[in-house]
Amino acid sequence: MASSSRLEILNDGGLRHDARRPYELRSMSFHLSPHPTADGSATVTQGLTTVSVSVFGPREPRQRSSSSHDRAVIAVEVGVAPWAGTGAQRRARGDKRLAEVGASIRQTFEPVVMTHLYPRSELFINVQVVSADGGILPTAINATTLALVDAGIAMLDYISSVSIGLHLTQPLLDLSAPEEMDLPVLVVASLPNSGKITLAQMETRLHVDRFEEMLVLGVEACKVLKTEMEEYVKERTGKVVQRMSLAVEGAKGLQAGFIDGGR
Amino acid sequence: MPREIEPPTIQRDFLLAALAEGKRLDGRLPLEMRQVRIEFRGELGSCEVHLGDTVVLAQITATIVKPRDDRPYEGFLLINSEISPMASSLYEAGRSSEDEVMITRLLEKSIRRTEAVDREALCILAGEKVWQLRLSLHFLADEGNLLDAAALAAMGALRHFRKPEVEVLGDEVIVHSPDERAPVLLAIHHTPLCVSFAYYPDLPPILDPTHLESVLATGTLSLTLNAQRELCVLSKAGGTPLAADEIMGVVRVAVDRVRDLIRTLEEALERDRAERVVEVR
Repeated sequence: MASSSRLEILNDGGLRHDARRPYELRSMSFHLSPHPTADGSATVTQGLTTVSVSVFGPREPRQRSSSSHDRAVIAVEVGVAPWAGTGAQRRARGDKRLAEVGASIRQTFEPVVMTHLYPRSELFINVQVVSADGGILPTAINATTLALVDAGIAMLDYISSVSIGLHLTQPLLDLSAPEEMDLPVLVVASLPNSGKITLAQMETRLHVDRFEEMLVLGVEACKVLKTEMEEYVKERTGKVVQRMSLAVEGAKGLQAGFIDGGR
Repeated sequence: MPREIEPPTIQRDFLLAALAEGKRLDGRLPLEMRQVRIEFRGELGSCEVHLGDTVVLAQITATIVKPRDDRPYEGFLLINSEISPMASSLYEAGRSSEDEVMITRLLEKSIRRTEAVDREALCILAGEKVWQLRLSLHFLADEGNLLDAAALAAMGALRHFRKPEVEVLGDEVIVHSPDERAPVLLAIHHTPLCVSFAYYPDLPPILDPTHLESVLATGTLSLTLNAQRELCVLSKAGGTPLAADEIMGVVRVAVDRVRDLIRTLEEALERDRAERVVEVR
């Protein structure tokens, strides 16, 4: 792989290469239901990374043999758009990497989605990476949470995820691609209400004492992410309910209806 | 037969009830590892690890190839870890099960990504010839925790292997056979070893799960550490949510276990070194 020009991870002013502070998250945007044909969909953009997730289900399983009598089976497929990556991507190794991302997402959501409410059915989650600039797995997890919310599938809590890196002794939050290549990266996904961690993945060497600091920081960052996601979801749901109640009012004439409009 | 029959409910209840009392089905303590036996077979770089009834064999072979154009000083380390049906009837030949993907990825991360082997030391003639090491893992028996056994076998094989001595005269490269000159050990930076834990709802974690224990577990946590108390790989993929301090507790247990494992490995290497005839004077 061509060596990138030596980017300063943290300059003298305490700013990162994209002018963020160490604990600053990238600018985020959420979009629910970009694909109205799917049962649920969401697109999350964190910085320059955009991941779009569509959820189909609960539906009849494509393979009877994979269904379970007492709960739903979650299947995850991950695809990266050809224009998403940075230049030439290694194909052969990418396959296992994507399969791993898919398996991680499935294992992360299995204990949190209330699968016992949908026996003998299948939840199919399709993850598409539209543009990749570091943090594919955390963004995919956040997008999957919102897509499941959009599909109305019962979950115990939101799952929010963030990546944390370590530069010398300074932890950095929400890494971009150049930072991911150079630093030890820890991806954490947690249930924000309880602060418990469902997914933790780390590669490259990191001293055990530093690790605890990063873990705690990650859980805090996940809580902040959840507040952002929840605010967006509530605002959007409010608008949807308002429009629904207006439609009912219009249809029924004077009767305002029993739908609590937009509150 | 790709799909395993789920363990009977009565067996699951028995296992959980026993764990609630701190007992495991094979009589181990919750944080106790099975008996580890490391054997070095005839060839250099061939290591067989028995972790209880789980058996993994690692074999290293070396060939000389042309390096990559953008990295002319680096050799190659290829890891081949396909699980054949020999390990268990659950695995299909040629088809990667999800377990296999996770094991392969974790081994790659543990050994390649952490740079356990110095690949620049594998260079013979920059831009022309480098050593390509092929690490083949054969999973001979699966009684749970293939990952830990495989990591141990891989590191054992890497530390045991000796590459033929090479002499470079100008542009000419002479590879000496082991009969002429003693082969040379690989340059290994550190020894990353893996430990895996299994979780059950509302119970403390157990170390080194057997096959039944891992099937019934609601979560697994795999850690790769080295002797310098560095965490190389941590993989907790889903399963029971854990608080940060619970994870730290597990990390501390893993530090001790890895230290014991490394000591066992070094002792096995010592024993082999004493018996083996490497150079003929």
